[in-house]
Amino acid sequence: MGAPRTLFEKVWAEHVVVEETADTPAVLYVDLHLIHEVTTPQAFALLRDKGLPVRRPDLTLATMDHSTPTTPVSTLKDLLVVGEGAAAQIRQMEANCAEFGVELHGFDSAHRGIVHVIGPELGATQPGKTIVCGDSHTSTHGAFGALAFGIGTTEVGHVLATQCLLQRKPKTLGIDVSGSFAPGVGAKDLILAIIGQIGVDGGTGHVIEYQGEAVSVMGMDERMTVCNMSIEAGARAGMIAPDEATFEYLQGRLHSPTGDDWDSAVSRWRSLASDAGASFDRSVSISASSLEPMVTFGTNPGMVVGVNEPVPDGGSDASFRKALDYMQVESGKPLTDTAVDVVFVGSCTNSRLSDLQQAADVMQGRKVADSVRMLVVPGSQQIKKAAEEIGLDKVFREAGADWRESGCSMCLGMNGDTVGKGQLCVSTSNRNFVGRQGIGARTVLASPMTAAASAIEGRVADPRPYLQRVN
Amino acid sequence: MLAITRIQSRTTVLPTRDIDTDQIIPARFLTTTTREGLGAYLFNDLRFDANGQARPDFVLNQAAADGCAVLVGGNNFGCGSSREHAPWALLDYGIRAVISTEIADIFRNNSLKNGLIPIIVNAATHDFLLANPGVEVAIDVADSTLTLPDGTVVKFPIDGFARYCLVEGVDQLGYLHQQMDDIRKFEEQRPWTP
Repeated sequence: MGAPRTLFEKVWAEHVVVEETADTPAVLYVDLHLIHEVTTPQAFALLRDKGLPVRRPDLTLATMDHSTPTTPVSTLKDLLVVGEGAAAQIRQMEANCAEFGVELHGFDSAHRGIVHVIGPELGATQPGKTIVCGDSHTSTHGAFGALAFGIGTTEVGHVLATQCLLQRKPKTLGIDVSGSFAPGVGAKDLILAIIGQIGVDGGTGHVIEYQGEAVSVMGMDERMTVCNMSIEAGARAGMIAPDEATFEYLQGRLHSPTGDDWDSAVSRWRSLASDAGASFDRSVSISASSLEPMVTFGTNPGMVVGVNEPVPDGGSDASFRKALDYMQVESGKPLTDTAVDVVFVGSCTNSRLSDLQQAADVMQGRKVADSVRMLVVPGSQQIKKAAEEIGLDKVFREAGADWRESGCSMCLGMNGDTVGKGQLCVSTSNRNFVGRQGIGARTVLASPMTAAASAIEGRVADPRPYLQRVN
Repeated sequence: MLAITRIQSRTTVLPTRDIDTDQIIPARFLTTTTREGLGAYLFNDLRFDANGQARPDFVLNQAAADGCAVLVGGNNFGCGSSREHAPWALLDYGIRAVISTEIADIFRNNSLKNGLIPIIVNAATHDFLLANPGVEVAIDVADSTLTLPDGTVVKFPIDGFARYCLVEGVDQLGYLHQQMDDIRKFEEQRPWTP
């Protein structure tokens, strides 16, 4: 018997092609390379310049999500709603995938969607895989016990050309989440609280593993929300050991193994969990039981408080004061009096069916405040369809919200879905950076329930009074 | 990639901490399909007002910043998105090294692959640089040293392989291609296939 190992160490060890030395990094094999239109054009250009093929198109999965319109596209003219630059990028992606033989989930695919939503949905995301993408929120896929992290465009080129990356082995950070969630509190509140606790650079150089009783009872959508925002704590990746919930989610999906292959895969996946006694380079613990619905008050995701708690006093910290000035919020007061202009439910953090269901439960039979514009953007065309089958679109539409096609949309505003200058948006996305959702836009990150409650009240609102459905 | 051994320059200082890649280059400029010319959009919303006029109070718009190739940022520089457009924009603008007490992982990786030198220093050195914008510093990549105006030599951490590639001008893809026999063998011998 070897020394006890963590989930990360097991997945890492299985993918080392060449061990690292003092002088050279490890050569790490990539099982799944997800690509999208924004971070790949320069990588494809490099291949073209060097006369190289995509080495493993069978391990490469492509979609278009960042600069795509969330209004329906049936003609080229529709595409131009996003602007000529974005339209050109989308056309370039189609041309690149055709030229290099990569399967693309484009506008004609029923499986198009946000790259971090469709990977799991197609069953391409699996426990024990190494998964990379030119997108920092690739950490999402760690919810399945995969080692998944974001890379830059140069590295996208490396993976396209060789299916490998040069990597130094990161450190490990264990986060134990004890207790259980109170009603109205969930995965988004947890990850925001964790980032608040360890800081936006608290995970730098580390891969996080989330463990504990509150994690084991979470559904896969919730686990994805948590792992998704690992990058907001500065971590390379976030991981959760696969269990029955993971296997149940994956069984029968398009890319999932079948028959005997399924049985052997599940037995391999069961062995991935961290061994008893395995140790992390660092450990942190947090209780889910004491959490409130969380909202950000500043311009990074670590500036976060309970929805009814006063905004803290940053003392003489100039960056802190600058953030509060930008957000037009005051120390000592809770955010609940802050007027809301826009509510966005969507993004790779919170656009899955259970997220939409939670927002719809709050909205059911209620109206979006007159002063608020609300946009609901499902994470994929499959989620859109599933939501429509159970009537969630109707709940949102009747409340006065916009129901859209899938995509990254207002999370980063590349496709024209932006928040106006000075407007405040309660958003289920992942980044409240200055100008992220539009020039001068102010972002309050929150859960789907908190976003929905805020849409109804026209101010930042605690969702807990809305947990009883109106029939 | 061109070999980079030595950078000598005055510093320009942006003391805000947690400068994210959305601030370095906002997402709306990522619809490009090339890597050239992004310096025009570097810190766009900090540099320019809504009418596209340069904001006189922003440090890069001041005469003292002309020709500065070393940017000193507040703690935790480069957090956020994986966009390689961030180091591309900095390099295109003329910045060749970034100094902070912490530099986010993906930004640091992307920088090293493009010849932008990420330099992590301790709080004392950082405090000195924040308090003294415009001082002349010298960076020796091969020795991993930063020399301050009073002659103090500060060692900074940099991955040995990344340093070798920078100093020798080695293309990492070329190095990866040399591992192709091992990569094929790995694919043939692994117990399961993705």
